[in-house]
Amino acid sequence: MAMAHVGAAEQTHAPKKRGKKTAYLLLAPGLLWLIIFFVYPLINLAETSTKTPAPTFETGEFVQTFRFMNFIDAFVDNQEQFYRSFIYALLATVLALAIAYPLAYAMAFRAGAWRNFMLLMVVAPFFTSFLLRTLAWKQILGAEGPVVSTLQFLGILPPDATITATAFSVIMGLTYNFLPFMTLPIYASLDRIDYRLLEASGDLYANGATTFRKVTLPLSMPGVVAGTLLTFIPASGDYINAQLLGSPDNYMIGNVINSRFFRVVDYPTAASLSFILMATILVLVIIYIRRAGTDELV
Amino acid sequence: MALIQIRGLRKTFGSVTAVAGITLDIESGEFITLLGPSGSGKTTVLRMIAGFENPDEGVITLGEEEITHLPPFDRDVNTVFQDYALFPHMTIQENVEYGLRTRKVAKAERARQALEAITSVKLAHVADRLPHQLSGGQRQRIALARALVLRPKVLLLDEPLGALDRQLREEMQIELKRIQREAGITFIFVTHDQEEAMRMSDRIVVFNEGRIEQVGTPEEVYERPATRFVAGFLGVSNILEGEASRAVGGSGASISIRPERIRIEPDSYKSSGEESALVGLLTEVAYLGANTIFIIEADAGARISVTKLNQELPSQNVRFATGDRVLAVWRKNHASEISV
Repeated sequence: MAMAHVGAAEQTHAPKKRGKKTAYLLLAPGLLWLIIFFVYPLINLAETSTKTPAPTFETGEFVQTFRFMNFIDAFVDNQEQFYRSFIYALLATVLALAIAYPLAYAMAFRAGAWRNFMLLMVVAPFFTSFLLRTLAWKQILGAEGPVVSTLQFLGILPPDATITATAFSVIMGLTYNFLPFMTLPIYASLDRIDYRLLEASGDLYANGATTFRKVTLPLSMPGVVAGTLLTFIPASGDYINAQLLGSPDNYMIGNVINSRFFRVVDYPTAASLSFILMATILVLVIIYIRRAGTDELV
Repeated sequence: MALIQIRGLRKTFGSVTAVAGITLDIESGEFITLLGPSGSGKTTVLRMIAGFENPDEGVITLGEEEITHLPPFDRDVNTVFQDYALFPHMTIQENVEYGLRTRKVAKAERARQALEAITSVKLAHVADRLPHQLSGGQRQRIALARALVLRPKVLLLDEPLGALDRQLREEMQIELKRIQREAGITFIFVTHDQEEAMRMSDRIVVFNEGRIEQVGTPEEVYERPATRFVAGFLGVSNILEGEASRAVGGSGASISIRPERIRIEPDSYKSSGEESALVGLLTEVAYLGANTIFIIEADAGARISVTKLNQELPSQNVRFATGDRVLAVWRKNHASEISV
């Protein structure tokens, strides 16, 4: 009896210490990765954002002058693209949610033997590159593509109209490209719901619609929140869709940052814009999560 | 007329027959237990009464109304689920109010009724907590309150005590029985635990392989098992068949006698006309504290187990030792013929 007691006491203490060590060890690779590829570039970017062109006016040469007006100038000059980015991203997120929720619901509750096949179909686009997929849409929606000619044949679209190079095609592209990021978290949270809770709701006189509103939807909210974040955040910084499926009139802030960095070689403006974008997304996300009532994510 | 009438109920899942055509009447206000091993169809029957499963064949009526294919929310029955199925995102108060809310009971009234129900299971102090903050026993009682607050005609309980530890389980058995008596609601209780069934039920329905083996009071099913399955599932029984059965004047059909109904006598004992006896060799005596178990190998080819309470010390059970030639004696009315 006494020996068993001592043994038990030892056992409860020993793994605790070892557990802590293991935790740090497990964290190390991720932490290292984060420091090298996120924290360091971020500091670098912050430093660049307040630089001004060197007195020699040589392309790509900048000196540190701590000019914080860079931020205001960058924002004022590119307001239009900023607003457009968030509006496009918001519309794409709403559309993706409208498509993904029923899809995830069907997979979780109705698909039966088809469930794995449907999951595969949702993930399948990932097997090809993002760029390639978007280029494919350019073909499909292009002036010679099947969509436009069909719509023109049916008289829905006037003969000289196009779909590409419009806001519609950019938002559609964003919706399409980020749909799996919306679908998978929602599916995961729906799949976790104990079916007996749905039975219990029915047993307590709730019909299907009430059960959905009071039980299914609230319990799937973590997935909805995760999915909307995973869609909205990359969508608002995206530039591929606007570049391939839109015209310069549809350019988003990502396109501006891209051209400032690589074409104009105006690093300070590009860095300032990146920071403004990051800060805005962070603020929007925090407000959103507070509202959605899933505080544990902040 | 019985409150619930079940006629020719059948349900198959793929190639598995879960319920193979059962007929049963359940009276108003009774505590009836569906007892059987797992996979015997008892839970499927309960789920068909609740409306979670659609029967392939058969009819269920509740009162005057046929409810066979009605959805769960249109039936005046409520369920206490095996793992309670409390809504994790709602407080205890909201959980208990849920059914009142879907029934459109006014806010103040449903709050009052819910609190009353929570108080009746002695948990008023946890009303504002979430289910995961409660212990298993507390959750169990809330699940009960959530169903009872709706004052259903019938309460269905699907192994509600299965997850509780032994002591809590026994407390809840007494508690459930009290609530059932006071509320006067019909309880249909599913369990695989024969002791629990015996302790609580007015009547027991013994299930096996999708069929009803026997329906009766706890005493009837224990003392007069109709089938070999019932004799074996509820407690221990001695089954005499063939030669052993004929040796005690039977027709050769199987006979069941409970071990505690058998007495051991010296082989010189003359049994009366109301008694049956089998002679054999006492091969084993096992002292188990409260009682002693004797094993007798009867000459007619049966292994007879006898249980005797150790009421006095020194126990009179020590009169016999292994190796003795003895008689196993019982009163004829304590034996019952069983079918296979």
